[in-house]
Amino acid sequence: MVNQFFSYIFQGTSVTVAVTLVALPLGLILGLLLALLYNYGGFWVSRLAAAYSLIMRGVPPIALLFILYFLLSGRLINLTPFWAGSISLGIISSAYQMEILRGALQAVGEGQMTAARAIGMSRLQAIRYIIIPQAIRLAIPPWSNEASIVLKDSSLVYAIGVPEILRRAQQLSATTQQPFLAFGAAALIYFVLVFLVNRGLDLLAEKTKLPTSMA
Amino acid sequence: MIDTPYILQAKNLTKIYGENVIFKDISLDVHKGETIVIIGPSGTGKSTLLRCLNLLTPVNSGQIFLEGEEITAHGVDHDQVRQKIGMVFQNFLLFNHLTALGNVMIGLTKVKKMPPEKAKQKALHELERVGLADRAHHYPAQLSGGQQQRVAIARALAMDPLVMLFDEPTSALDPELIGEVLGVMEQLAHEHMTMLVVTHEMGFAREVADRIIFMEKGSIVEQGSPEDLFERPQHARTREFLGKISELYGKKEKK
Amino acid sequence: MISFFEFFVRFLPDLLSGMGMTLLLTAEGVLAGFILGLAATLARTYGGNFWRNLAIGYIELFRGTPLLVQVFLLYYGLPGLGITLSREWSAFLALGLNSGAYQAEYLRGSILAIGEGQMLAARAIGMSKWKAVFYIILPQALRLAIPAWANEPVSLLKATSVVFLIAVPELMTRAKLIASRTYDPISSYLAVAVLYLVLVYLVDATMKWLERRTRLPGFSAVGER
Repeated sequence: MVNQFFSYIFQGTSVTVAVTLVALPLGLILGLLLALLYNYGGFWVSRLAAAYSLIMRGVPPIALLFILYFLLSGRLINLTPFWAGSISLGIISSAYQMEILRGALQAVGEGQMTAARAIGMSRLQAIRYIIIPQAIRLAIPPWSNEASIVLKDSSLVYAIGVPEILRRAQQLSATTQQPFLAFGAAALIYFVLVFLVNRGLDLLAEKTKLPTSMA
Repeated sequence: MIDTPYILQAKNLTKIYGENVIFKDISLDVHKGETIVIIGPSGTGKSTLLRCLNLLTPVNSGQIFLEGEEITAHGVDHDQVRQKIGMVFQNFLLFNHLTALGNVMIGLTKVKKMPPEKAKQKALHELERVGLADRAHHYPAQLSGGQQQRVAIARALAMDPLVMLFDEPTSALDPELIGEVLGVMEQLAHEHMTMLVVTHEMGFAREVADRIIFMEKGSIVEQGSPEDLFERPQHARTREFLGKISELYGKKEKK
Repeated sequence: MISFFEFFVRFLPDLLSGMGMTLLLTAEGVLAGFILGLAATLARTYGGNFWRNLAIGYIELFRGTPLLVQVFLLYYGLPGLGITLSREWSAFLALGLNSGAYQAEYLRGSILAIGEGQMLAARAIGMSKWKAVFYIILPQALRLAIPAWANEPVSLLKATSVVFLIAVPELMTRAKLIASRTYDPISSYLAVAVLYLVLVYLVDATMKWLERRTRLPGFSAVGER
């Protein structure tokens, strides 16, 4: 009984992890693209990227999820709830990740670009070899926070019927008549997952940290 | 290559930012192996002139020639030009995520597409030239300002530039670290590297320069050998400036 | 676009009837969260072992789990323990508890920024620990926390939207009703998104205004970069 209980919720866990693993990298790629366009794309492109960010971050994720979900599983495109939900979460996260990366790119500073151009690098080479490697390091701590937000927001796809942890907990609560246990277990699993994500990215930040002390 | 005695030549350069004329009608001939020091009060366009010479900043009018070829012409690949003109900045601008060796290597591997092993050999050689072979694996944050600036010089030298531009290379340094950087530059001058140096270090100008250019308010007021300029300045403004600067820096400069 | 505009105008009164609940939940949540967050921070920073661990447990638990799960645990879960809450109470409690955990972190950051020196100076003139906290530390810390804290009302405003999943009659619930009535979910949720955008903008502008009004010259938590 207890065994069954947990194996059922663990199936939901793998769906939650899968949703996060689709949404987070998608948000990263879109966010990086947007941040580069914002920083290096010229006046109008930069304005457009800023407007995208402002609008996406000004609307609750659940409302955006519904709009995107109905667009992605409608007549033109017809994705399964899992893919529509995961991709929607990725698009939502892209605006937040853009802000993180934009800040990091700006924090690297104009001087690094100037120095790279001075040894004959093209703009693209400078962005790729000089700016981005430094920006990524600066972005890890805030990005770690965003990763756990996406993980937690993955619970929203419950609303479009994806069988993730929360949906499983609800079904269990109905069959076992133990609602507190069922939802408590769901909370516990999320807690462990969030903890693991934060700890993992802390380790990454530690490993990629540049030495600072004078030797 | 067009046959010319000049490595670098500027003709009637003018730079205007909005309403501000940074410099106007500047012409300059740089011979091969010559060390030129540009002096003058702050804000007279010396640094901007250097940035214009390696095309980091576009000029509004005028022409620049590198080994007789016009680099301000249409269709010239700016990245190619900058490989041949080394630049050293006031605030070093080392790449923070790379070691000293990495800083010197990256132009070789990514811009010149040199194989990594060969690039490493060359980079180590350049670090040795500036006396920092033993710091190859240190990151910028682990180096003193003087060491960082020497790595920056090695980074520029590694590209085998035809000419080196120094933009106030010692003005961000603590006094006790200035000497090591000037020492490296002096050695380069002795090796007949062609150099254009903007600095307030009058001792260096006097000892090392072949020619000194005094710039003020965006124009070249006077130029000549160190002896001519220091002993027999032709213009009242030059005299005044040299008087003030030796008052300010005099004590430090005395040997 | 014209048709969406017509749609928006036609259903605006319907949507607006949910706005009161959304704003009420936001205000209640921010207020309850502030009291909880302040208590948790004080317990964590100045309390004994037991209170400190309790506060850390509360903060980590509520920051480490999704708000939606917290809402469900209160609304669907608690009846399993014999405690039954209304939808509105569940929503209010979940939002307050959740916001409290985040507000505790803002406050803790600014208390840490005040530093040991202020406490030392207060104790040196004979104040007790709690007197020093209330008369010296908090007046400074609360002011320092304002810029970071000013984001909380906006993020809570957005967060209230998830309580539509337990059918609290706020904005999203209205949008869902309109969607099922018109068979046009995209327009319905777009309409509610526009409304949220306006609300977020207004709350954000208010907070920025407040921030400017309360700014002290030369007094900020971290040096500007």
